[in-house]
Amino acid sequence: MEPLANLVFGLSVALRPENLVYAIAGCVIGTIVGVLPGIGPIAAVSLLLPGTFGLDATRGVILLGGVYYGAMYGGSTTSILVRIPGEAASVVTCLDGYAMAQKGRAGPALMIAAVGSFVAGTIAVAALMVLAPALARFALRFGPPEYAALLMLGILVIGYMSSGSMLKSLLMAALGLTLGTIGIDMSGHLRFTYGIAELADGIGVVPVAIGLFGLSEILATSGQSASPPVVAPRLRDLPPSKEEWRASAGPIMRGTVVGFLVGAIPGPAHIISSFASYALERRLSRHPDRFGHGAIEGVAGPESANNAAAEAAFAPMLALGIPSNAIMAIMMAAMMIHGVTPGPLLIREHPAVFWGFIASMYVGNLVLLILNLPLVAVFATLLRIPYRILAPLIVGFCILGVYAVNGSAFEIGVMLVMGLLGLLLRKLDYEPAPVVIGLVLAPIFEMSLRQSLILSGGSYAIFLQRPIAASLVGLAALVIVLALVSLARRFRRPRPAS
Amino acid sequence: MSGPPMSTDRISGLVFALFGLAVLLASRALPFGTLHRPGPAFVPVVLATVLVTLAVLVLIFGGRSRSLRAADWSEAGHAASILAAGAFAAAALESLGYRITMTVALAFLLGVKRRTRPVVVVSVAVGFAVVSYWTFRRLGVLLPDGPLGF
Repeated sequence: MEPLANLVFGLSVALRPENLVYAIAGCVIGTIVGVLPGIGPIAAVSLLLPGTFGLDATRGVILLGGVYYGAMYGGSTTSILVRIPGEAASVVTCLDGYAMAQKGRAGPALMIAAVGSFVAGTIAVAALMVLAPALARFALRFGPPEYAALLMLGILVIGYMSSGSMLKSLLMAALGLTLGTIGIDMSGHLRFTYGIAELADGIGVVPVAIGLFGLSEILATSGQSASPPVVAPRLRDLPPSKEEWRASAGPIMRGTVVGFLVGAIPGPAHIISSFASYALERRLSRHPDRFGHGAIEGVAGPESANNAAAEAAFAPMLALGIPSNAIMAIMMAAMMIHGVTPGPLLIREHPAVFWGFIASMYVGNLVLLILNLPLVAVFATLLRIPYRILAPLIVGFCILGVYAVNGSAFEIGVMLVMGLLGLLLRKLDYEPAPVVIGLVLAPIFEMSLRQSLILSGGSYAIFLQRPIAASLVGLAALVIVLALVSLARRFRRPRPAS
Repeated sequence: MSGPPMSTDRISGLVFALFGLAVLLASRALPFGTLHRPGPAFVPVVLATVLVTLAVLVLIFGGRSRSLRAADWSEAGHAASILAAGAFAAAALESLGYRITMTVALAFLLGVKRRTRPVVVVSVAVGFAVVSYWTFRRLGVLLPDGPLGF
C-alpha cells in the first residue's frame, strides 16, 4: 500500500493548479523543442533552467521534467513527417514512420507513437515508484568507497554502452572529470583558475552543455537554409485501423519492458533502447522485409522503448545521485541549484519534490497525449520556419540561457569555446555526452576517492574489503575485460580495402 | 602504427595527450599530499594520467580512422561568424545592455550572414530581444540595461 499512498501524496502535490500549469507548460515547450531540429532535450533543459530560478524547487523540477519528456515525445513528429529526428532517440522512428507518411499513413504513425509513448511512460513511472525508493534504501548503506566504486563502474559502463568507440568515450569522460577539478577544492585551494575569479566555482554545467549540444549543432548545420517540405495530417486522419492497433499492441508492451530495463543502465539508454526494440520487433516479425517500408511495429516498439527508458533513467539519478546520461546530469545540476540534492536522502528530506515530481510524470504523459495529437498540425507548422531564421534565434537563446544562469558574460565565452569544441568533436567522431557527465560527477568522485583514502589510511584495499564496494569493483573489472575482448576481436578482423 | 599519419584519431589523440600533460605540469604548483591525506593536486594528477593514457591509446590505434583532410569543413565560414556574434555579445552585453546587444548580434546573423530581407531582420531581431527581455524579467531573471535604459 505504501507506493499507492505515496502516489496519492504525489498527486496532491502535482495536481495543485499552479503545479499543473508548470507541468503543462513544460510539456508544450518540450514538445516544441523536440519538434525543432537544433535544440535537443539537453540544451532545452539547460536553456530553461534560469527561467525556473524564481520558482520553488517542486515547480522548477516539474517544469524541467515536462520539458525533458515533452522533447522526447516531440522528436517523433519530425521523424515521421520530414525524416529529421528531433533528437537522437527518434532516429530509428524515421525508418518506418517516414515510410508510412509517404504512403499517406502519417496520422496513424503519429497516433501510435503518441499512444505507445503514453502507455510506456505510464508503466515506467509505476515501476520507477517502486524501484527508486528501494534503490535509495539500499544506497543508504553506501559510504565514500562504495560511491567511488559506483562512479567508476558507471563511467566504464557509459563508455562500454556508447555507440562509438569505448576508448574515445572514456577519454571524453576523463576530459569532463579533469575540467571538473577546476575551481576551489574540498580543502579550500584554488586550482587552475589563473586569477580568473569566475573560475573559482568551477566551470558551469549549463554553458558546457549548451555549448556542446546546442551551439555546436548550429555551428555544424549553419550552412543550411532550406526548410523541408511538411505535410501535416488532419485530425480525422489520425486514428489507426483495427489491424494497425492489433499489430502495435505487442511491440508497445515489449518496447516498454526493453526500454525500462535498458533505461536504468548508465549510458545513452533511450537511444540504445529504441534500436534494441526495433531489432527485437524485426526479429519477431513474420514479415521482417516490411521493416523500413512502413511497418507500424517499427514505430510502436522504438517510440515506447525510448519513452520508458527516458523515465527509467530517473531511478539512478533520484535514488543514488548518479546521473546515467547527460540529460540526467543537467537535471541533477538543476535540482542542486534549487537546493535539492538527489540521492538516498532525497525521498526523506524532500518528499514533496520527489513524489510531486513522480506524480507529475503521470500527469505529463496524459497532457502530452491529450495536447499533442490535436496540436500536431500546429507543431508541424513550426517546421516551416526557414532555418536561416531559426538558427540565429537558437544562437540568441543559447546566449540568453547561459547569461541568465549566473549573470556572467564570462560563461558566454565558456559556451563559445565549448561550442567550437563540440563541433570539432563531431568532426573527429567523439561523443560529447561523457564530458558533461564527467563534469557533474567530478566533485562527487573526488570527494569519495579522497575520503576513502583518508578512511583507510592510504590503502586502496578499502575498495576490496567492503562487500558492496568489492562487488562494484568486480563488475567494473568485468566491463574492462569485456571491452578488451571486443577490442581484440575488432583488431583481429581484416582491414577493409581503402 | 600503420595508416595515415594525419588521421583524425591520431591528431585528436595527440592534442588530448598534450592537454593531459599540461594539466600534469600545472598540478605541480599544487600540494599533492600523501595517500593517507591526498592534497588538491591528487585527483587532477590521477585524472590527467588516465587522460594521457587513453589519448595515447587513441593515438596508437588511430590508424584506421579517416584522414583529417577528408573531413568536411564547408561550414567553417558560417561557424566563425556565429562565434564572432557570440563573442560580441559576451563583450558588449554588460556595457550596451541586453536588448541592444542582442538586436545587433541577431541582425548581423540574419542580415549580413543570411541575407534575409531588412523588414524580417528588424522585426525578428528587435522582437526577440524585447520579448525575451520581458519574459525573463517576469520570471525574475534580471538582464542588464544599457546606458540609455535599454
